[in-house]
Amino acid sequence: MRLGISHLHASLGGARVLRDLTLSLEGTNFIGLIGPNGVGKTTLIRAIAGLIPFQGSVTLDGAEIASIPPRTRAKQIAYLAQGAESHWPLSVERLVALGRLPHLEPFRKPQPADEAAIARAMTLADVDTMRARDVLTLSGGERARVLLARALSVEAPLLLVDEPVAALDPYHQLGVMEGLVAYARAGRMVVAVLHDLSLAARYCDRLVMLNEGTVFADGTPAEVLTPANLREVYRVEAEITGEGRAMTVRPTGQI
Amino acid sequence: MRDRLPNYLLVNLALACLAALFFVASIYVGRGGELLFARLHAADEIDRSLAWLILTEIRLPRACLGLVVGATLGLTGAGLQGLLRNPLAEPGLIGASSGAALGAVLVFYFGLAAGSAMLVPLGGVAGALASLGLLYMLAGRNPSIVTIILAGVAISAFASAFTSLALSLAASPYAVYEIIFWLLGSFTDRSMDQLWFALPFVVVGLALVASTSRALDALTLGEDTATSLGFNQRHVKLRAILGTGLAVGATVAVTGVIGFVGLVVPHIVRPFVGHQPGRLLLPSAFAGAALLLAADLLVRLPVGGPEPKLGVITSLIGAPFFLWLILRTRREAN
Repeated sequence: MRLGISHLHASLGGARVLRDLTLSLEGTNFIGLIGPNGVGKTTLIRAIAGLIPFQGSVTLDGAEIASIPPRTRAKQIAYLAQGAESHWPLSVERLVALGRLPHLEPFRKPQPADEAAIARAMTLADVDTMRARDVLTLSGGERARVLLARALSVEAPLLLVDEPVAALDPYHQLGVMEGLVAYARAGRMVVAVLHDLSLAARYCDRLVMLNEGTVFADGTPAEVLTPANLREVYRVEAEITGEGRAMTVRPTGQI
Repeated sequence: MRDRLPNYLLVNLALACLAALFFVASIYVGRGGELLFARLHAADEIDRSLAWLILTEIRLPRACLGLVVGATLGLTGAGLQGLLRNPLAEPGLIGASSGAALGAVLVFYFGLAAGSAMLVPLGGVAGALASLGLLYMLAGRNPSIVTIILAGVAISAFASAFTSLALSLAASPYAVYEIIFWLLGSFTDRSMDQLWFALPFVVVGLALVASTSRALDALTLGEDTATSLGFNQRHVKLRAILGTGLAVGATVAVTGVIGFVGLVVPHIVRPFVGHQPGRLLLPSAFAGAALLLAADLLVRLPVGGPEPKLGVITSLIGAPFFLWLILRTRREAN
């Protein structure tokens, strides 16, 4: 999977959000998209998913995403919106099964392959035990995991997730990050918007730090999360300790 | 462990059987509970062709209309609730019913209804198409759900205003009488020709709405996620709205306005098949047909005096149900 973004411009309500953003992502990777509020992380994800109009080019394995037929694109790119919700009280299993819609043939029932994908997704997101429950009666964190399972069940080679761990307790934050790593290790690419810099540092193979609508820093967590970068982009002083899975970023004060 | 819902196929089968049962009853039971065979027997002694006429010209059109109109209101109601992601949506919301009613009323107003029985449904369908065109112009090429609802409400209000205007300016009290009675909605004195005229619009309309079934499921997750699952939102809205407008407009053109069925039926079906919008469509069609045929049987029960209009009965039953729905939603919110 190769995702190429070049000279991307996008506006929301007249305001320029992304400015001349160029980025190339390749291979099996778990990529963290970081940056303070309002720098265009969500807009970038939505542009890649083909949900908003933009200028410039976004290509998937060399093909412009706008030129890929919607159904094919739906099989290649899965998207989990920030604060996603369900409008109807479906059972957990039925909701997760919606992720298989791009794979269903017209007038055909879900195949064993679909059932297997649903089961894998539910295990990865740790929602097996609540499969018969009504999603609207779940807690916010449980529901967030169910909706993540829905996005995982597409089993698309590119998964875009917007703040997947924001509503979760520490146990499930770690669980979901492990799940996303496992999903990527199966030969796929995950691009996740993350606010918890320690989690991003520990689990992501690569971090892309956005600032003012364009790429500010791009590289391994150790390269991107430096006190200087955090000062400039996040306007915080931070203490960075450890490395690899033990790396911790602790903001100590505002500038 | 699956969710505790009865087998989908069995629910559909049961509802289809119920609709078939009421269909047969609708042919068999006449005014004041008078049974077909007794009636036919009496007529047969006088004139054999008269007996046949009663069956094909009176009983059969009425039962077929019940089936077609009920299925239309049920299916489009479920479809629109799915599209708008709102359990209070009903097929009349997009303005096509009011447009169809206005078109038919204008035919009465200009005194053309006496000329041919076909002119009323023709005017109705023209009205429905005009209101759909207006909706498209008002809502634009890529409308949001809110824009569609607001435009639909505006068109309904406008069409109702014109209907009232036609009533107040009508030349003779008979025209007023005719219009009011037609507006109340009924299956009586409709011919097979009128049904055949409406049927193509209904079939195309229902097929369009049914084709959005999976897109409606995807819309459970919101428009962005549905788009990411491969469903073009503009096409989905176009198919669902155009289909609803065509099918409901054509049925209103033949029977007048029959309220609350499209709103109530999906709520009756949900406890049996769950809330997934796509799964609701087929059972809602069967349940709508069964409900409307049953209501039309109820209308025939009073022996003396004039027959109450079907639209009145459905509203009499539907309005309290609507209130109960509001109370339940309020309870759930607490």
